[in-house]
Amino acid sequence: MASPESKSPEQSEKNRKYDRQLRLWGDHGQASLEAAHVCVINATGLGTEVLKSLVLPGIGAFTIVDGKKITEEDIGTNFFLETDSVGKSRAQVATQMLLEMNPDVTGDYIDEEPEQILSNSPDFFNSFTVVVATALTEKILILLSKRLWELNIPLIVCKSLGFVAYMRIQIKEHTVVETHPDNETLDLRLDRPFDSLKKHIDSINLDEMSFKDHCHVPYLIILYKYLEKWISEHGTLPTTYKEKQQLKDMIKSGMRRDEHDSSNSEENFEEAMNSVNKCLRVSDIPDSVINILNDDRCVNLTAKSSSFWIIAKAVRDFVDNEGKGLLPLKGNLPDMTADTEKYIVLQQIYHKQAAADAEAIWRRTLQLLRQLGRSSDSILEKDVKLFCRHVANIHVEKGSCIADEYDPKVFDTNIIVQNLENPESMMIYYVMLRGVDKFQAEYNSYPGEFDDQVEPDIVKLKTCLTKLLSEWGCGPLAKDDYVHELCRFGGAELHSVSAYLGALAAHETIKLVTNQYKPVHNTFIHDAVTSNSGTFFF
Amino acid sequence: MSFDHMQRRWSNLRKVLERSGPFCRPDFEPSPENLQMLVDHCRILVVGAGGLGCELLKNLALMGFRHLHVIDMDTIELSNLNRQFLFRHKDIGFYKAEVAARFINTRVPGCNVVPHNCEIQTKSEAFFQEFHMVICGLDSIVARRWLNGMLMSLLVYENGELDQASVIPMIDGGTEGFKGNVRVILPGMSPCIECTLDFYPPQVTYPLCTIANTPRLPEHCIEYVKVIQWPKENPFDCAIDGDDPQHINWIYEKSNDRAAQFGIQGLTYRLVQGVVKNIIPAVASTNAVIAAACATEAFKLATSCSASLNNYMVLNDLDGVYTYTFEVERKINCLACSQVPREIEIKDSKYKLQNLIDLLCERPDLQMKSPAITAVIDGKCKTLYMQMVASIEEKTRENLSKTLIELGLKDGTEINVADVTTPSTITLKLKFPQDNSASQ
Ligand SMILES: [Zn+2]
Repeated sequence: MASPESKSPEQSEKNRKYDRQLRLWGDHGQASLEAAHVCVINATGLGTEVLKSLVLPGIGAFTIVDGKKITEEDIGTNFFLETDSVGKSRAQVATQMLLEMNPDVTGDYIDEEPEQILSNSPDFFNSFTVVVATALTEKILILLSKRLWELNIPLIVCKSLGFVAYMRIQIKEHTVVETHPDNETLDLRLDRPFDSLKKHIDSINLDEMSFKDHCHVPYLIILYKYLEKWISEHGTLPTTYKEKQQLKDMIKSGMRRDEHDSSNSEENFEEAMNSVNKCLRVSDIPDSVINILNDDRCVNLTAKSSSFWIIAKAVRDFVDNEGKGLLPLKGNLPDMTADTEKYIVLQQIYHKQAAADAEAIWRRTLQLLRQLGRSSDSILEKDVKLFCRHVANIHVEKGSCIADEYDPKVFDTNIIVQNLENPESMMIYYVMLRGVDKFQAEYNSYPGEFDDQVEPDIVKLKTCLTKLLSEWGCGPLAKDDYVHELCRFGGAELHSVSAYLGALAAHETIKLVTNQYKPVHNTFIHDAVTSNSGTFFF
Repeated sequence: MSFDHMQRRWSNLRKVLERSGPFCRPDFEPSPENLQMLVDHCRILVVGAGGLGCELLKNLALMGFRHLHVIDMDTIELSNLNRQFLFRHKDIGFYKAEVAARFINTRVPGCNVVPHNCEIQTKSEAFFQEFHMVICGLDSIVARRWLNGMLMSLLVYENGELDQASVIPMIDGGTEGFKGNVRVILPGMSPCIECTLDFYPPQVTYPLCTIANTPRLPEHCIEYVKVIQWPKENPFDCAIDGDDPQHINWIYEKSNDRAAQFGIQGLTYRLVQGVVKNIIPAVASTNAVIAAACATEAFKLATSCSASLNNYMVLNDLDGVYTYTFEVERKINCLACSQVPREIEIKDSKYKLQNLIDLLCERPDLQMKSPAITAVIDGKCKTLYMQMVASIEEKTRENLSKTLIELGLKDGTEINVADVTTPSTITLKLKFPQDNSASQ
């Protein structure tokens, strides 16, 4: 092992164990994960699959709530039960078997039905970071949903029925700074150069350069120079395809050839031409960010406002003042053909401006904290810097309460009607699952649960669906094949379908507790027959 | 286990196996025999006992499959434990396949997982022929292509008609960070790995002159130490071992020096490791989703109790959960699964053998690694180039700088190419430009 004086940071055992995921959500994401305490209701096959993908990456703690005793059927669908555990508490055995996977995690269980806990210990759920529920009846779901909505604790409801899987995230408000977008747009400000950038580029004269220097100028500078020329001739940025093509031709005409080797063309000029479309966008604020900056919670801060909204307000004030209508500079420069020195000088110019912008927002944040009567250390400078770096992609998730879907007076059923018009929409499964809920509430079993009742249950399920649709003010549904399929399932839980959804529910839980990545908005349905899926917002 | 116990344990599976439904495959007959067939007869090979492999074994064992084989040559490392859930700290250093098999066999009584602690390339045709289905959870594209080629070579054609009994379906899963994909391949009937080779993105490489002369990124500094400084200084008298902390430390310190010298910021120990070992980020959840989808496809395919994925699904769970299912098409002249010989167009008469080899490596639809080329010239079979065997390499090296015409190759000549990406040689037909061939 290296001594403490060693220049190389020897990695801790934990860092090495979690290396592959730390590359995704970072050490700070991991710290949030390890501080989280998740409650899982019902240790079904689905429930333990959710926990498996939370225990492995090292969630801080979990609690299982389940009053059931293990049956032979459970053993067939649940990997975290032992064959000889039939008759024992499902919560207890599952807790033990899950904990065995990762010594970093703590876990406990309550061998009681969620219904009992909801009525006997009203404060039970108060301390959880996220609650994930499986195999809930309609009645308990509504109670739990209302309770957690009041407490402002995220709830993820999961169902796995035959070849159908369903997940619904209930969250009042969730703010994300690090959304990790797949394609980040460049923030280069060629159309509105900041002073230091303009000064630097003005000091460069391409015509006076030797060939060696000329072919090592970063393409950004080339683009800027030709853009400047273009604007002096035309007055505006090139916008149409034709204009951009003309600009490319201008750049091409500036390309030199090595007098000794005619085949040697200038790669940086090629890059400049190829980047015209990517780099010449008008610097502006994305609509999604404008909406956040104009949100009432941003404009009118209160003593209770979260760090996110306070920093957002500081950004808003920055935009209105020293930012001159623009967000703080992102500050990163893509790699481009150039010699080291020319590239690093340019990179430093972007870095410094980004740091200066972040500094201004940090000062504004401190000012806001003072005005709100909050201590100046309630927001850290590094959090402001992080916010500034990702400001173009920040996200606010506003959700709705699941209980509202069960109240025809509040439930907006238009989305159902519209989606059902598409014969391939996964919405049909939402309707079917709601029908099954109703069936269960009425008959206390799943449709098709008993082999001799499949045919009569088809009729009963159809009746349930008709009632449901009329409550929603919808016309009848000509989807008998789906009714047959749901009755064929008879409430069966197929392990691989549960494994699919359980892993996704764990994934969404990780997004919620790390405050990174955008969560499902807010209902996800998967059909394991075609492997299709759909997302709907209720 | 008694019959009753078994009936109760699998009562969930029995619902979909003993009842018919509107979305079953047409050949489905609801019957208790479906479960019996899974339990007693269906033999499945799981390739890879890593992130996907561990999940696959669990999923298959709980979907009623009992005759499972798993093949993997790797041993367990600490960094596997965040997702390869059949392994514990005490298992580090042991074979993945062996530990995974033992775990499943203990947890799911009646299930019989047979481990093979070796490379797939060491197994014969007879080995693969034993299976009804192959499920592939590999991170290596080369191994995947080899396996694909193997399953294609097992196909039997009679009078040009494919013998259905020789088809061994392949279900292939892959993940990278928060993304993944699943595909169902019916060899000879639906598109194979080689049909869609251009789906694999080319590996990121840095030009040597950038690394040596104009580094700009921390990655350039690391590559410099790896590619230039290490062989020159040879600090430990051996090749780089990405798992040896002393090696990584040395590379970290040297690349840090280089970064400082050029004023390059952002070099971290984690980045050094990532570049040296070519690490792909991985997380338990996304792995589990993809493996689950593969297992569902295996269950549906084995029992016909439902239609299959047709035939490719991609998953992205960065922004919400997004999946997209689409039908990939067969390439009519696919090297692996079609009977049509592939033509290789030669640009000009000055084309050298080296150019041809570069073309075989670079073409997105071929992506070979170290092709060996033989051809029948004037009635004699000649080896034109072979890299793998040092003595032959030495003898054939001079051919690289000869033009194809000098070597006696003509328009229409068939060359045979062997490569690590395929278990059998591939025949390519050379096509010279018209004006040149006319002057021959
Ligand atoms: Zn093919």
